[in-house]
Amino acid sequence: MAASPDLQKTPLNDVHRACGAKMVDFGGWDMPVQYSGILDEHHAVRTAVGLFDVSHMGEIEVRGPQATELVDYVTTNHAAKLKPGQAHYSGLLYETGGFVDDILVHKIDDTHFFLCVNASNQEKDYRHIVARHGETAFEAEVEFASPRYAQLAIQGPLANETLQKLTGTDLSAIRYYWFTDGEVAGTPARIAHTGYTGEDGFEIYIAPEEAPRLWQEILNAGREAGIRPCGLGARNTLRLEAKMALYGHEIDASINPLEADLAWIVKFDKGDFVGRAALEKTRAEGLKRKLAGFEMKGRGIGRDGYEVALNGSVAGWVTSGGPAPTLGKNIGLCYLPISSARPGQAISIMIRDAAVEAVTVETPFYKRPKSAGKSA
Amino acid sequence: MSYPENLKYTKEHEWLLVEGDMGTIGITDHAQEELGDIVFVDLPKVGGKTSKGLSFGSVESVKAVSDLYAPVSGEVLEVNGLLATSPEQLNTDPHGAAWLIKVRMDSPAEASDLLSAADYQKYLGE
Repeated sequence: MAASPDLQKTPLNDVHRACGAKMVDFGGWDMPVQYSGILDEHHAVRTAVGLFDVSHMGEIEVRGPQATELVDYVTTNHAAKLKPGQAHYSGLLYETGGFVDDILVHKIDDTHFFLCVNASNQEKDYRHIVARHGETAFEAEVEFASPRYAQLAIQGPLANETLQKLTGTDLSAIRYYWFTDGEVAGTPARIAHTGYTGEDGFEIYIAPEEAPRLWQEILNAGREAGIRPCGLGARNTLRLEAKMALYGHEIDASINPLEADLAWIVKFDKGDFVGRAALEKTRAEGLKRKLAGFEMKGRGIGRDGYEVALNGSVAGWVTSGGPAPTLGKNIGLCYLPISSARPGQAISIMIRDAAVEAVTVETPFYKRPKSAGKSA
Repeated sequence: MSYPENLKYTKEHEWLLVEGDMGTIGITDHAQEELGDIVFVDLPKVGGKTSKGLSFGSVESVKAVSDLYAPVSGEVLEVNGLLATSPEQLNTDPHGAAWLIKVRMDSPAEASDLLSAADYQKYLGE
């Protein structure tokens, strides 16, 4: 079945369809949800290596003598602290403190930043940054750069050895959340030691026309390692185990970073930034609700949007929930009143009119084992 | 995967095997294929009732939960215990070992409007 003509497609759309991937509408994008199966792909990433097409993600570039000032004004983390070749996770906020998006900020040099943003938010993010820029006199230019990039994620304990076969860049020299511009299989690539799986791995940014060839080259390079092409289904179970936020679930315009347990990406010790006043007010008044992790105790799976009850009354909602294939448990994230949002709190998830027992737990649910030195 | 001729099918992707006034209910291969990896099956207890066209339980895959709709009304006589411990069997043998429940049908005539294997496959192709 062909994709609806209204859906956007990545440069790998034909490749996914030819491989028999199951395709879904993901925020207006025709994307693979699975190839061999979500569980198989999930385990491949935890134990070997998986390859994801994440070309739907957007890219925005900020250039100019005051690029740093502009990025620091529109984001919550402290961009001026980044060194060239370093990246960090950050928030793009409204004046209200709610999220426009969560993003990765890469500093290329003092006058050039590269932002990776969510697929369905990219036009909104660009318009937001341009509008906020207009209120300032910062000497910088903002470019909507998505059409110039495809993005592939190579994730798993064997990601390094797989990708290393295709590049002269010494990957083990790229520290976590750093990146470098090099070549992969003979084509220029921005190689970032980042990911959205809780596992070791890389995300590479390449020219869209090179994506189908690189997809195949990486699959070939990972054959002995047991590489699997992976879809958005496994991406979701992997990021949930690692407690990484998904826009539209844990965060949106009505949620601020302090509530989302993302205070670490908000740097109050820098200058003014969009949303700062609202966050300071929240901090002064005290948080009312906060994100918490839970494990199901009773039979059932707490799914996105289900209500959470405390002592028989509805007190919150599940933002993401499902099976955790690595842990063999059913887990989820939910918003709870601040007084109850700590580990060990008994809660009930309302599953189809029945209250099913669950308990809040420490997060992340899964943390990858620290490798002792260089991986084998 | 072929669709056995001796089963009857619903547009909600359940199947029914009629033996006298006994009905065995399962989900189709198409259903398991669409759901993906199945991790949990919620079924009624023995002695419970099913009502034709209404939900009698749910099946959960890694990514979603789906209702199970009863092809006929009846009383639940048996529940497949295999699925409590091995729900993934629904992905491998949906028309056989991974049947869901057996019911004593209130009225076997209720099965008359279900689809034949040929009509169900035609329906899937549309």
